[in-house]
Amino acid sequence: MESLKDKVAIIGMGCTKFGENWNKSVDDLIIEAAYEAYQDAGIEQKEIQAAWFGTTRLITGENLAGVLKFDYIPVTRVENLCATGSDALRNAAFAVAAGVYDIVLAIGAEKLKDVGMGGLDSSEIQPTSRVDYPGTPPAHFFARMATRYMHEYGLTEAELKQALAKIAVKNHHNGSLNPKAHFQREITIEQAMNAPIISWPLGLYDACGVSDGAAAAILTRADMARSFRDDYILIKGMGLATGARQGFLQQDYDFVHLEETLRASRQAFAVAGVRNAFEEIDVAEVHDCFTITEMVLYEDLGFCPRGKAKEYIDAGTFELDGKLAVNPDGGLKCFGHPLGASGLRMVYEIYKQLQGKAGPRQRKNPRLGLTHNHGMNPGSGVGSITILGRRD
Amino acid sequence: MIGIISYGAYVPLHRLGPETKGWGFPLEKAVAYYDEDSLTMAAAAALDCLGDCDRNSIDGLYFASTTSPYKEKLTATTVAMACDLRNDIVTVDFANSLRAGTAALRTAIDTVKAGSAGSVLVAAGDCGRLGRPRDSFDQNNGDGAAAFIVGNGNPIATIEAAYSVSNEMLDVWRLDGSRYLSGWEDRFMMDEGYFKVLPRTVAAFLKKLDISPAEISKVVFNAPDRRRHAEMARRLGFAPFQVQDPLFGKLGNTGAAFTPMLLVAALEESRPGDTILTAAYGNGADLLLLRVTDEIAVIPGRRGIKNNLARRLIIPEYEAYLAFRHRPPEGHYYPPARPSASAIWRERDQIFRLYGGKCTRCGTIQYPPQRICTRCGAKDSMENIRLSDRRAAVFTYTLDRLAQIPPFDLPMVDTVIDFEGGGRGCFQMTDRDPREVAVGLEVEMTFRKLHTAGEITNYYWKCSPVRKPGSAKEQK
Repeated sequence: MESLKDKVAIIGMGCTKFGENWNKSVDDLIIEAAYEAYQDAGIEQKEIQAAWFGTTRLITGENLAGVLKFDYIPVTRVENLCATGSDALRNAAFAVAAGVYDIVLAIGAEKLKDVGMGGLDSSEIQPTSRVDYPGTPPAHFFARMATRYMHEYGLTEAELKQALAKIAVKNHHNGSLNPKAHFQREITIEQAMNAPIISWPLGLYDACGVSDGAAAAILTRADMARSFRDDYILIKGMGLATGARQGFLQQDYDFVHLEETLRASRQAFAVAGVRNAFEEIDVAEVHDCFTITEMVLYEDLGFCPRGKAKEYIDAGTFELDGKLAVNPDGGLKCFGHPLGASGLRMVYEIYKQLQGKAGPRQRKNPRLGLTHNHGMNPGSGVGSITILGRRD
Repeated sequence: MIGIISYGAYVPLHRLGPETKGWGFPLEKAVAYYDEDSLTMAAAAALDCLGDCDRNSIDGLYFASTTSPYKEKLTATTVAMACDLRNDIVTVDFANSLRAGTAALRTAIDTVKAGSAGSVLVAAGDCGRLGRPRDSFDQNNGDGAAAFIVGNGNPIATIEAAYSVSNEMLDVWRLDGSRYLSGWEDRFMMDEGYFKVLPRTVAAFLKKLDISPAEISKVVFNAPDRRRHAEMARRLGFAPFQVQDPLFGKLGNTGAAFTPMLLVAALEESRPGDTILTAAYGNGADLLLLRVTDEIAVIPGRRGIKNNLARRLIIPEYEAYLAFRHRPPEGHYYPPARPSASAIWRERDQIFRLYGGKCTRCGTIQYPPQRICTRCGAKDSMENIRLSDRRAAVFTYTLDRLAQIPPFDLPMVDTVIDFEGGGRGCFQMTDRDPREVAVGLEVEMTFRKLHTAGEITNYYWKCSPVRKPGSAKEQK
């Protein structure tokens, strides 16, 4: 088995402003992200030889071609829950690594705000079961993780809520520094802790934004990258793990970790040669669909020991100027979460950070970054990790 | 010997009472929760009655109600599935009459006597015999269910004689499609109906049997309300100690299940050799004379009437009751999608019988049952294992305030539970106070309605806290 490490380079990226883009269709979002990426890479669309389109809604690869007016190039639609965008990138990267194509596009786009309700309309992505369980907001499934986390580590509700509030406050702060973020306002710990409950113990500020948006990446072979730009970014490793519902079928799943994330990170760390994630990774974009998810991910990704997330949060470890900045662009929490676009949006931020172009959010000289997605729920889902690095 | 082999009952946990704001009546009564109906309550009573009886020994299920959830379709088949009975059994619905429960019981006895079944499970339940808000039906009618196994073996009570009369009159009725009960003028109903027919029938029965009222240990009969029950006891010529407490103030008039439930209450207090006269009034009357045997002393504990009545949650506001019993649910963002009849049929064993799979290779119990074992990967290695009668403990949960369920039941308590002996499942919790829910809470399974959409009701299992009799009183 050959390693993916350093075989594929990202030479251009684009990302729309995420949010309630009432005046933009999914077509507009696609065009905006794609053309920013072309411009960033210094290429024209006709140089693209194949495309992978990530979206969870019922739109197809033909839709992408139809919007961008591709000239009969292959387009593949990718769906992999909340890891859809990163899986589009992964499949595009594999095609380049295989030497089949030289220049490809990976793009994720989602229009979630045309359904007339607050929150996520998941009717299109969840198959109707025979007993047709009542609709619940996604917070529901992660709230069960928060409940169990309190029990497992002996935290009071107030202690847990405060730790979660600090994550929300951090991500809101980061979002306030980002003109493309859905939410750009700071909040206080008190606001977060006293917010209305959605699915106890999770409240309003524990949940990420439901947004419209698109993000795109242009990939090429690493040995060709220098002909496009000097500050291209290399894919150091990727991992993807899909659960088989073990957590719902077997009593030994603890509901305080995400096994798919753990497994995906092991794959990616092995490819990238990462031995100590906390020491080696400078900046990470993780799947904070809910604050409890980010809290648990610190432990899953090896950023802190099991059960110690609260201590690390209290110490400011994951803040923009902390030891390991997590979600410097505001995360799903504030940048927003158009499902199929999120994975590529994360890559966009890491790409900019590694290039030193992250503006007021810029970390000092980061060399290695990580993106992470978790699709579906604690118990079963999909975990996806991408490790990105500078070329030297 | 042919007779009643076992009994069981179900009283819904929720009560309207003097403490219920806005109701205004002094007498407490039991009312089904929004996820219950005559079918689910009959199933609960039948499961209580079955105890640890061999379910494969039951040859028939007779369901009795005036409030069957279906106009056309058997309810008995669903109850039989929830009870995990065999498929090659006799299933009949007895309907439309306050005597449906006693008719089912009498027919079960005849069925067994005739040798066409070895044992028959009779389950009578009534739910939502509604009056208009605050009328006398609303004041007096409650919800509940009772069940009996009639068989040939060692009965706890034998049926010595049966007698029925038919009487055509419109005293209390409900037209097809009507939501509420109708009644003619009270004095007509009572003077020409109840007070005339029942005493006459009882007198004729006792005369036929050549026994006097004094020889009866306990008389069990239904009545529209407490005052009329007391009056009837006087007219029948029984002393107060002979009269089974009609449980007005605790239960209410539970329709076709009322006399059967009072019979269960009488059996709970009975002694070997007792003679119980059982009467159900409604367009005539059904009378049964029972003799209690020595077996009554050794029947294992049932939840029955007494233990059920000891577990209660008062509904604090009458408005909340009206919202779930009298009005269609409001405030849904999205009404649930229409369930698939073909999918329900295909997966009927895991939905109604609550079968999990137990891998014959590695022993792992899994719900829903899997074709490929979650642990060892063996293909098609599962044997059915019934989870509906297993206790479980809450592993984790959430209190969801935005779930698409009728708003009065918010927050929706949704749990991940671990069954004793293995198996994990995700189930809604019902009959709970959100404040009592905790990791580790012991729960039991209860057959309920999830929702109705597109003319299809989704029946499924929920979990609810195990309540020790007597301790639930303080819970709200």
